[in-house]
Amino acid sequence: MTSKVVVVGGGIAGIQAALDLGDMGYEVHLVERTPSIGGRMAQLDKTFPTNDCSLCILSPKMISCAGHENIKLHTYSEIESADGGFPKTRVRIREKARYVILSRCTGCGDCIAKCPVKVTFEFEEGLSKRKAVYLPFPQAVPRKVTIDAEHCRMITEGKCGVCKKVCQAGAIDYEQKDSFVDLEAGAVVIATGFDLADASALRQYGLGTCKDVITSLQLERILSAAGPTGGRLTRPSDDTEPKKLAFVQCVGSRDSRMFKYCSSVCCMYATKESILVREHVPDIESTIFYMDMRATGKGFQEFVLRAERSYGVRYIRSRPAEVQPASDGRGVLVTYDTGGGIGEQRTEKFDLLVLCPALVPSKGTSEIARILGVELDENGFIMTPDTRNPIDSTKKGVLVCGFAGEPMDIPDSVAQATGVAARVAELLQEAR
Amino acid sequence: MARIGVFICHCGHNIASAVAVEEVVKFARTLPDVVYSDHNLYSCSEEGLGSIKKSIEENKLDRVVVAACTPRTHEPLFRRLCEQAGINKYLFEFVNIREHCSWIHAKEPNAATEKAKKLVAMGVSKAALLEPQVESESGVIPTAVVIGGGLAGLTAAASLVAQDIDTHLIEMEGKLGGQLNDISILAPNFEKSADLLNKLVSELKKSERGHIHLGAKLVDVKGFVGNFEITVEEEGVQNKIPAGAIILATGTQEHQPEGEYGFRKAPGVVTQLEFERALQRGEVPKRVVFIQCVGSRQPGREYCSRICCNTSLKNALRVVEAGGTAAIIHRDIMSYGAAWEELYRQASERGVAFFRYSLEDKPRISAENKHILVEVFDDNLGEGVTLHTDLVVLATPLVSRDDSGDVSRMLKVPRDKNGFYLEAHVKLRPIEFATDGVFICGSARWPSSAREVMCQALAAAAKAAIPIKRGKVVTEAITAWSDPDKCAGCGNCVIACPYEAIEIVDQDGRKIAKVNETQCKGCGNCVAACPNDAMQQRGFTTRQLSAMIDALVKRALEESS
Repeated sequence: MTSKVVVVGGGIAGIQAALDLGDMGYEVHLVERTPSIGGRMAQLDKTFPTNDCSLCILSPKMISCAGHENIKLHTYSEIESADGGFPKTRVRIREKARYVILSRCTGCGDCIAKCPVKVTFEFEEGLSKRKAVYLPFPQAVPRKVTIDAEHCRMITEGKCGVCKKVCQAGAIDYEQKDSFVDLEAGAVVIATGFDLADASALRQYGLGTCKDVITSLQLERILSAAGPTGGRLTRPSDDTEPKKLAFVQCVGSRDSRMFKYCSSVCCMYATKESILVREHVPDIESTIFYMDMRATGKGFQEFVLRAERSYGVRYIRSRPAEVQPASDGRGVLVTYDTGGGIGEQRTEKFDLLVLCPALVPSKGTSEIARILGVELDENGFIMTPDTRNPIDSTKKGVLVCGFAGEPMDIPDSVAQATGVAARVAELLQEAR
Repeated sequence: MARIGVFICHCGHNIASAVAVEEVVKFARTLPDVVYSDHNLYSCSEEGLGSIKKSIEENKLDRVVVAACTPRTHEPLFRRLCEQAGINKYLFEFVNIREHCSWIHAKEPNAATEKAKKLVAMGVSKAALLEPQVESESGVIPTAVVIGGGLAGLTAAASLVAQDIDTHLIEMEGKLGGQLNDISILAPNFEKSADLLNKLVSELKKSERGHIHLGAKLVDVKGFVGNFEITVEEEGVQNKIPAGAIILATGTQEHQPEGEYGFRKAPGVVTQLEFERALQRGEVPKRVVFIQCVGSRQPGREYCSRICCNTSLKNALRVVEAGGTAAIIHRDIMSYGAAWEELYRQASERGVAFFRYSLEDKPRISAENKHILVEVFDDNLGEGVTLHTDLVVLATPLVSRDDSGDVSRMLKVPRDKNGFYLEAHVKLRPIEFATDGVFICGSARWPSSAREVMCQALAAAAKAAIPIKRGKVVTEAITAWSDPDKCAGCGNCVIACPYEAIEIVDQDGRKIAKVNETQCKGCGNCVAACPNDAMQQRGFTTRQLSAMIDALVKRALEESS
């Protein structure tokens, strides 16, 4: 009998793990909490240091996952429980009701066009609205709509029903209930990725109080041609093109008051974004406030030099002390120490300020750790204490890849995810 | 005569709101070889697929054209449908009238409808000339070869044998372990590297699947995925090892300073690896100064070698633990992630001193009595500092091995501008090469920590195991071939091919290009490069593409008349 492997998390790490495990011949169940696989990488506009379009390189992998003979996708699903242990863990997957019959929905979008309810769009980092029935993004896999029960008028108030009326495929089902899949897994892989820390908690940086302070992930969405502004870079206060932009690194990370670790990727994505903004506003000036410029990967240091030399990016080693709205409410005033000896304090005006918040274990990580019975480290990442087996959690047969284990970039996540396939094969060979 | 069926999709409103679908159906019926045409609300829905299949059977269709969305997502679906209906899947042609038509001409319904007709006419003309193709399969030798017996190679080999795969580990030195032998303690957990090394070696030795070749020199590599032949010279004898997959784990070497900071001129100035060996011998000086980025992050060698700061943090802590003092003179401390940042924090808390210099104002070294003086202008303090020390450790970058060029030529795998092996895609294919069946791990690709090396080695072991476990490799059907009558043997195609799939061979006394179809990926580069129209690609022949252009011109003329 073919062994089954459950992969939790459908971002790039989970996708890669599923593909390699599937290619090895295991029956893979890829469980993703949101309506589509793709994860954080799907939200990115481009990737460093090659400036490849993120979704263009990710999308073929997502499609391969969906079409793979050995991979079963469970989107909009969560791990309900896990009992027993290696090599026979009984896993129960809850497939949440999406009020849409997947086999009928063709993702045409007619229902979305007619739905009257508008709510905050998570995928667009709150920068735009989506409907109560929605596709998270055009390249979603599966390309099927989901009805958000919390906001759907038909489900909450019993009034509306427009989507059902316009759906020519007969795919809407307001009576749908959560369903469960039970299986016995030979191994479980945790690939639950990261969230952004709430940067508004650090009040000195002005997120939430100054209009023209945004997060780096919001900037990714703004830069994306498929994003909320159609790729037009403007600042929130007056919808004009910013000419002077600054990034603040280590917002909440490398900070003993919040998260003491380094998030590993911010130096490089800020460098990337500072290059990309020039394609949108050619005369924009970018400044990056940093602590140490950690450009340690292949081609990274060269990328930083290119930003500096060819794009005029100004790198200032300083941690800004205070951010305030400019007097007219447009732009921000950043107060920082110029560094070098008894630092001189300076206040500079920027049109738009981008915060690079600490990247933290994703919301479900502690819950999944509890369900699977694995330990977390002091920072809340899944603990991997065995030097000989660097992707083993504290429980046999439960493996970790990507950001869920520690901060790392995409290639490292992909390598670990592929490594998971080898480790699963080793363990299941041993169990035979 | 072909019997072509044409199916036009509404895609709900996506296509039908701009394109008059039924008009396109009527038009399709007028095209040569078309015996049937219809439309579907959603061709990809179960209902749509069912109706297309029924039409294929009832009308004895032998070729199918679907005009709908994008082949990127939907071609596999319709190809599978054709197979189910008994038609070779390569007799299917996809026409994109959504992305290429209705979406971009949403406000011009007449023009969109006309363009859809043209696109359909082109698709039909090509479909008439399509030929059935076969995806051939070839076997896989169930053996893996790992080149390099350091941490990367050992981890990969140990994983492969644990997966019950016969594995040959080729090590040029007389013992296993590589640079791990020079390092006594591994950061960030301060474990003995010998423990890890012994564990790996014993796992490998106790398995019947593991075959260790020491003092073995790589001589030649031939073949392709599933069917390689690796020639190795041991004690003057050449042996050939057949293998299905190869893992490259040849590691890296420490850059030797070029006289900077008095290296090899003054005593008391050593490289990090020399210092590791001294520590291994138990020689811990009282005062040590580490200088970072010696020979890196500067013109001539711009890259950051990733591991040097963390190594200095580890060794500075060892000096402090032994009761000494340590200072690190750096440009940025590269303690990325959680564990390294914690190491940096520990070093700061334990009293390791940090000074930051700039590229424009490097530290200076001089000797005074039995001390060494290090002068540095510290950017944080904004003033010069003089340090007295017993030893200066130069943290130099890891560089590509001197012999990596030879290995690269033998395996036909590329290197980057710094001499490190170049993976297939820096973002999403870090372990693979463009050449199938050859994988890369460890610092031969890029300087990596022990932990990262091991993760990559596991990944390489997974990639190598996949074809071996499947027992077969399926080759791409859409491949190129060269017409020997037209080929002049110029070799342009060989240069254009990114997959090393073409070679110039002798045939009947003249030189011609020959495509190895197992290696060909059907990218078409060679076809474009061929000046003699000798190189052709299945499914995209000159004849098929010309027919499409003819159909377009014909329709355009009809329209204008």
